[in-house]
Amino acid sequence: MRNNQPFRDVSPTRRMTAALLWMVGLLLLAGMTLIFVPQASAQNPTPPPAISDDQVNAIAKEMYCPVCENTPLDVCPTQACAEWRELIREKLAEGWSEAQIKQYFVDRFGDRVLATPPARGLNWLVYVIPPIAILLGVFLLYSAFRAWRRSAPPPAQASPPAAGSAPASDEYVRRLEEELRNR
Amino acid sequence: MLANFGFGALLITLLISLYGIGAAIYGVRRNQPAWVESARLAMLLTFPLISVVALSLIVLLVSGHYELEFVSSVTSNSMPIYLRITALWGGQAGSLVFWSWLMSAFATAVTLRRWDRDREFLPWVIVVSLITLAFFLILTIFFENPFERIWRAPNGQFIVAMFQPAGASLAMMRDGQGLNPLLRHPGMIIHPPMLYLGFVSFVIPYAFAIAALITGRTDDRWIRITRRWALVAWLFLSLGLILGGRWAYDVLGWGGYWGWDPVEIAAFMPWLTGTAFLHSVMIQEKRGMLKHWNMVLIILTYCLVIFGTFLTRSGVLSSVHAFAQSAIGPMFFGFIGLTFIASLYLLMQRWDSLKADTHMTSMLSREALFLLNNLLFMSILVVCFWGVMFPLISELFTNQKVTVGPPFYERATAPLFAGLLLLMGVAPLSAWRHSTAKTLGRAIWKPFIFSLLVGVLLPLALGVRHWAALLGFWLSAFVASVTLYEFWRGALARRRKSGENLALALWRLAGRNRRRYGGYVIHLGVVLMAIGIIGIEMFQTETQGTIPRGGSLSLRDYTVTYQSLAMFDTPDGRNVARAVLSVEKNGQYVGELHPRRDYYFESQQPMTIPGVRSTMEDDLYVLLVDWMPVSSQGATFKIYHNPLVNWLWLGGLVFILGTLIAAWPEKDPEEAVERAPRSAYAGAQV
Repeated sequence: MRNNQPFRDVSPTRRMTAALLWMVGLLLLAGMTLIFVPQASAQNPTPPPAISDDQVNAIAKEMYCPVCENTPLDVCPTQACAEWRELIREKLAEGWSEAQIKQYFVDRFGDRVLATPPARGLNWLVYVIPPIAILLGVFLLYSAFRAWRRSAPPPAQASPPAAGSAPASDEYVRRLEEELRNR
Repeated sequence: MLANFGFGALLITLLISLYGIGAAIYGVRRNQPAWVESARLAMLLTFPLISVVALSLIVLLVSGHYELEFVSSVTSNSMPIYLRITALWGGQAGSLVFWSWLMSAFATAVTLRRWDRDREFLPWVIVVSLITLAFFLILTIFFENPFERIWRAPNGQFIVAMFQPAGASLAMMRDGQGLNPLLRHPGMIIHPPMLYLGFVSFVIPYAFAIAALITGRTDDRWIRITRRWALVAWLFLSLGLILGGRWAYDVLGWGGYWGWDPVEIAAFMPWLTGTAFLHSVMIQEKRGMLKHWNMVLIILTYCLVIFGTFLTRSGVLSSVHAFAQSAIGPMFFGFIGLTFIASLYLLMQRWDSLKADTHMTSMLSREALFLLNNLLFMSILVVCFWGVMFPLISELFTNQKVTVGPPFYERATAPLFAGLLLLMGVAPLSAWRHSTAKTLGRAIWKPFIFSLLVGVLLPLALGVRHWAALLGFWLSAFVASVTLYEFWRGALARRRKSGENLALALWRLAGRNRRRYGGYVIHLGVVLMAIGIIGIEMFQTETQGTIPRGGSLSLRDYTVTYQSLAMFDTPDGRNVARAVLSVEKNGQYVGELHPRRDYYFESQQPMTIPGVRSTMEDDLYVLLVDWMPVSSQGATFKIYHNPLVNWLWLGGLVFILGTLIAAWPEKDPEEAVERAPRSAYAGAQV
């Protein structure tokens, strides 16, 4: 950042920045009050007596059909999947928890019924490789930037920053025309 | 007879392609233009030949020659004629022929352009196009031949072969199995051609890039020539993806539009590198930088295009073992590997001639922000690629199948997409070459404030509390504000100069700078799509229940009441169970919905078609899951409430409109310069 200008030249911008910060602050304050205004919410009066389809689907949604290709268990239309959903219903009625039901399916059909691989053994790679690759990319980009800045000659001076907003739009016009000419 | 004729034409097309490759290389190496011209003619000849192949296949499909294995697998007597034609891409073999036809068509179109300035590119563009074409033709002829027929051997067994096996006779089948019912929907009819158009047209910029590497003309000439090709390719790929999403929503019956299915991701990956490429080439054109990177991007796009075709066409996704046993899998794998290595080798050879003209000095300049955009797109690509590959790797090494599903992709890509949205808001305001936080801040504060009002305060006032949704809405509002601000400032500036009224100023402004303003319209389309995606992804609710006739199910403000169920057979071979439901919103009657279940007799496949009530505010999406077999008294329905989802489709339309604006041919000053010397040339030639 090229910040070697005398203080007085920076002042109008500073004032603007201060005004901006005040405005943002006030807006955030307004926003916060809205967040904390209590919201009327409808409560469920009584829990349903039998295990509803929605309860079954809430669990089936997070599992995949053990035999079909990439089909979630709650939407799979086959007879087998319908039976498995009934199995979930039975287990729920017996009081099994979601984790227990999922483990039951994993024990019988393998890890493929889960929507994401359980984090153990080789599966760690699936969670670890993307962040590493992305960080590598960030690092490469950063080093490239550093290399460019070190090796580059100082760039030609851009036109001096405009004093006010009216000249800024003229500058914008000039930039626009220049771009259209040099296209 | 016609099958033999079509197969013969296929063989000849392959031979001509191979000849063209040889002639072009020989002509370039020995500096004999006559051979290059011969190769060019060979290239042109492949198009009528492959058209004959495609036409033969279509005639066989339409006239119901079920003794052809392909015809019997994708058509049946009950299918109407237009569906029989589109069944060409309803199966493996036919879609390979279709791919080849498109490849030949585009290569022909490119070969017919004016080559005066770029004669040295021509032979290599021909070579690359013909190699790609030859690959698909070899796959078709030797592995997935649509002209193969079904024969009955003397022992009663059925054999599928091109030519008559000893002692066997042609099995005259009277009907076919019919096209998969899922593929009979209009969205599905047009989705594969759109995707293939996108895939195949990306081969052309790649061909020019390779030509540039081989000939040493590594300036941005190859980019300028293929600029419109790349944009049109990207248009078709985007359209194919959007249509795929629409098809999934309308017909697959799970209330969503994108399931992070490996086949979807296979088409998404070239789109990611394609989008990065479209932005990155602007840096090369404006500042002469990133020449190596642009080469890498187009090479990646080409390989991902072939990879995408391979993923959707081979058995590799269902299991690694299916891949190893299939014939087509290893061929694709080998081709992708070879072309990738060869392309990288060429790049390495020319590495030094791709040195940048200038360097990046400001971290907030537009070039730097575009580079950041590229980083984000590549990061999303890494997530997608790894997510698709990992189950195969896991199966290969541990023999355990795992599923990498939506939660993985959503969690990993959400921050990356948010970053892209942020960049879409900041980059238009940053200048080429140099920008500081100060200059950016000065430009940005007005749209920023506006976006806080519209994107944060408004949703808060409407009851949204989910932090991620608020962030998403704010980002969308931010991008929209900045983009509209750019239009506004530009139109104002032009009006000041030319005195036109605002509307005309805007029109002329966009007209003279289509790439930029088309790009802004595309960004606006993305914003609308983002709003739709936030709505359905974060606020979708569902319920399912079994109700008797006259009973109701409620979800949020809606109540659906089951009125009746009708079951009947249709002439095109299906049994339909159609429910009638009346819908009330907040106690007010708003209409009827007709979810149904179609059962196709020949393919023995059911299809669930939802009844949907669509408004800009939300969709009420009802599925008929099941009904009582005996007396149709009670039935099970599943209801989805999808807020804001239609903004997604609206955004898709704006997106496509923006791409058309950006791609629309204009009186390019460059083309004007081209026209001048040509007329002088023409005068001199005679």
